[in-house]
This record gives sequence, C-alpha cells and structure tokens, in this order.
Amino acid sequence: MKKLINREAGPVGRWALGLLPFVVLVVLYLVASDARLAVNPNDKLLPDMASFVDAIQRMAFEPSKRTGEYLLWQDTLASLGRLALGVVISAGIGLVVGIATGALPLFRAGISPLVTGLSLVPPLAVLPILFIVFGLGELAKVMLIIIGITPFLIRDLQQRAEEVPTEQIIKMQTLGANTWQIIARLIWPQVMPRLISAVRLSLGSAWLFLIAAEAIAATEGLGYRIFLVRRYLAMDVILPYVAWITFLAFAIDFALKRYSQWRYPWFHGTQ
Amino acid sequence: MAAIEIKNLWKEYGQDVVLERLNASVEEGEFVTVVGASGCGKTTFLKMMLGTESPTRGELLLDGKPIPDEPDETRGIVFQRYSVLPHLTAVENVMLAGELESSPWLGRVFGAKRRALREQAEEMLASVGLDQALRKYPHELSGGMQQRLALAQALIKKPRILLLDEPFGALDPGIRRDMHELVLDLWREQDLTVFMITHDLAEGFFLGTRMWVFDKERLDPQTPGSYGARITYDLPVGNSDKGTLQSISQSVDSTARVLSA
Ligand SMILES: Nc1ncnc2c1ncn2[C@@H]1O[C@H](COP(=O)(O)OP(=O)(O)O)[C@@H](O)[C@H]1O
Ligand SMILES: [Mg+2]
Repeated sequence: MKKLINREAGPVGRWALGLLPFVVLVVLYLVASDARLAVNPNDKLLPDMASFVDAIQRMAFEPSKRTGEYLLWQDTLASLGRLALGVVISAGIGLVVGIATGALPLFRAGISPLVTGLSLVPPLAVLPILFIVFGLGELAKVMLIIIGITPFLIRDLQQRAEEVPTEQIIKMQTLGANTWQIIARLIWPQVMPRLISAVRLSLGSAWLFLIAAEAIAATEGLGYRIFLVRRYLAMDVILPYVAWITFLAFAIDFALKRYSQWRYPWFHGTQ
Repeated sequence: MAAIEIKNLWKEYGQDVVLERLNASVEEGEFVTVVGASGCGKTTFLKMMLGTESPTRGELLLDGKPIPDEPDETRGIVFQRYSVLPHLTAVENVMLAGELESSPWLGRVFGAKRRALREQAEEMLASVGLDQALRKYPHELSGGMQQRLALAQALIKKPRILLLDEPFGALDPGIRRDMHELVLDLWREQDLTVFMITHDLAEGFFLGTRMWVFDKERLDPQTPGSYGARITYDLPVGNSDKGTLQSISQSVDSTARVLSA
C-alpha cells in the first residue's frame, strides 16, 4: 500500500469524501434534536425537520399575514440590492484609485498614506457616525459596506497595477504610447481579472458589514430578519436563513469565478 | 556624422563602477552584437540607449543630441521575457502600435481603419512565420514563437534603432539558429540599426556587422565593483580568426568567474 501522503481520491471518492462531513453534521443534528425534544417537546433550540419545512413554507411560499409580502424573497431582494450597490461602488473606486496610485508614482506618493491610514479604521466603529450622518436609511448601510471593503480593494489593486512588468510598460512606450494609453491598453485590462479576484475575497466582509448594518437599523433584509426573530428564539427560521445566505454567497462567488474564466482566458491560462 | 556617438561614457551605482570610459560611434544601419560576462554591464548599456537609465558621466548622443531620457518610438526593444502583452492575441499585439498612433485617447480603432491595421499585422506575422497563430494568446505560444511575435510587434513600428537583450537566450539551439536568420533578414529589409546582446560568443561572431566585447580591463577580485567594464574589442564581423575568439573567450571567462564568485 502507498504511503498516506501519496494517496489521492478518485472522482467518485472525492465527492463521497466531500459530502461525508455534511452528512455527519446533519445526522448529529438530528440525533441531538431528537434527544432534546424527547425531554421537552417545546424546546426551541434544535427544532426538528418538520418545523424547518413549516418555517420555510411560511417565509418563502405564503404571503405574510401582516404585510401580504413573501418575506424571504423580499428580504433577499433588499439585501442583495444593498450588497450589489455597495460592492459595485467599492469596486469602481478601488479600480480607479488603485490604478492611479499603482501606475502613477506621483499619485501614489500623495494618496497611499491616506488609504493605508483609512484601512486601519475598524469599519464597525464608524457605524454610529454613519447612522448620524446619513440617517437610518439605505445610504448608511451601503456606506458601511463601501467603507468596509474599499480600502482593501484599493490597496490590492494598487499592488496588482504595480506588478505589471516594467518590461511591458517600457514596451508600450517604444510603441508610441502616452501615459493615458498605457493605462487604457495595458494596466486597466490586466488589472480587471484581478479586480474580480479581489472582489471575491472581499465579499465575505461585505456580507458581514451588510448583516451588521441590517441588524441595527432596517425594516427588511436577511440580516434584519434573523435578528428580529432571535427575540422569539425562532431557530426554525434562523437556521434556514443562515443556510440561504451561505448559498447566496457561494453562488455569487461561483458566478464571478466562471465569468472571469470565460472573459479573461489569458489570465487563467498563465496562472 | 555617425548616428550614435558614445563619448567617455560612465555608469556607476554608488561605489560600484559598472561601465567606464566607453568610446565608440555607430553608423546608421550597423548591426552591433554585444558580448561579455554576465553582470558586466551589457543590459545597463542597453538601458542607457533606451533611456531608462542615464549615464553618470560622459555623453550618449543620437544625431548629435543627448539620447531622450525616456523610452519612445525611435528605439524598439525585445527583452528576453515579458516582451509581448499577455492579454492580447498575437494579431492584436502587432496591431497595437498602429492603434496607439491613430487613437490618442482610446488607443483603439474600429471599422475600415481596423481592418487595414489587421491586414498589415497579418502580413508582418506571416513574415516571421506566425500566420498560423494569429488568434492565439502568448501563453499558448512556445518561447520561440513569443520572441518572433515580439520582433514583429517591435518592427511594425519601424524604429530607427532596435535593441535586443539576449532575445534568444532561453531558446533551444536549433530554434535559435532559425531566429538568427530571421533577425538578419528583417534587418536587411528594414533600414535598422541593431544592438543585440548575447552571452554566446560564437553568436556574436557570425551575426551582424560588428562585435563589441564588454570586459573589465582591470579586475580586483576582492572588490570587482571598483573598476568598470570597457569595450575591449570592437571587431568587424567576418574578419576575425580563431585565435582572437579564443583569447576573447579566455578573458571573458576569467571576468565571469570573478563576477559570479
Ligand atoms: N539598479 C541597479 N542598482 C545597483 N546596481 C545595479 C543596478 N542595475 C544593475 N546593477 C549592477 O550592474 C551590474 C551590471 O548589470 P547588467 O547590466 O544587468 O549586467 P549584464 O546585462 O551584462 O549581465 C551588475 O553587477 C548589477 O548588479
Ligand atoms: Mg543582462
């Protein structure tokens, strides 16, 4: 038999091994839930499968008794809208400032220290200020995402822009390019796939800031909902919501990865 | 008047003298190969020609004026690596120079103009033997094909001076010979002045019209940086005998041993 370090799973084995921990977790949960419910049928901490189905049915497929809305979809739309707005604006700022500081030494000298300083401010500490300045509306929540992830995006893209080989920048000049053309035809296109990677990395934080802002001040949204039903210990709603958020995060990440591979074959080919 | 004049040129980095007392003049249309031990300052010389480094003493003149201190379209270059743009296909890489020229803001052209540029680029690529690879990205090309592409990209701009920094150093010997033929053909067709660095002495001996050997005349093994390299041989190619090759080879080898120690 081969040494353990040299043994690899086949295609089927890989799936089986990958699924195994999930199955184990579900089984463990069911056993624990059964045990608790046997002791106390009104226990709310670990609801059984029937309660989940019931809760999902109520949240996703029946209009709410109070507002007549389908709550899960309303929450999803609200949250995704805020997330998209925040991330798109941050990516735009990150791209422009990152390229400017990465490609132009004069800009770098002027702006980099500021960005480094700003990136050290803990975004959640700024949240009260945002609520005071922008009120409790949509703007404050989107601003938190922007403040939370933009410094990282700027710094990452600056680094990527600086990594464009000097040889290529010289090459462009020998082909007659001016500064603007070097940015438009060399640096910008080369930084785009790296922007997608950076956005993928920052999405985790973006979700964190979104849920934090929704928890504190909102009237709809995935984060708002789980913090609202927490008061009633409604684990049957919270756990499906958490699973749904996780799935959304996964789907967005997967879509971005596929888009990048399709749009920038040269980038993924040389990696 | 010679196109390029080098007058008592020095290059120092702090205490280290890399090049000292270079004197030479080069006529329009010459093909100069530069050989020498690695680390003796060949690339540094090329960078001064290119304008990314400036001399610390002396003068480097193009048409009697100091050579511009940043790269521009008068001087084309092919590096050993990273010469072509990885995010453009072969034909796009070659079209780039034309696009930049006719569109100062976008750096892109469309329509009939684009078709014309594409046609020129395809012709150029055919002349370097890449007509089968028009739509391939550089990472899909072999090392030799990438360097052909880099040549095509540089030459379509019709630079006055073409600088080559060990362009074929990473290629297999057979492919290297083909590339030499190609460079010589292109040089004969276009009215170019070529400087080509190579670390292969024999290569310098049969390519081009003139060979320079960069070497340290004085060499202090304890502090190799205290003296710079000079042009120790300036030979017309074709008139040199075996004995010269051998004595150059010995001298360059001993410098190489000290520099890499
Ligand atoms: N920017 C720099 N700063 C300090 N020393 C340098 C710099 N660039 C090159 N050198 C030194 O100059 C010498 C010549 O380098 P180079 O011209 O690259 O040699 P070659 O191309 O002949 O192999 C080397 O010893 C190198 O360490
Ligand atoms: Mg070199």
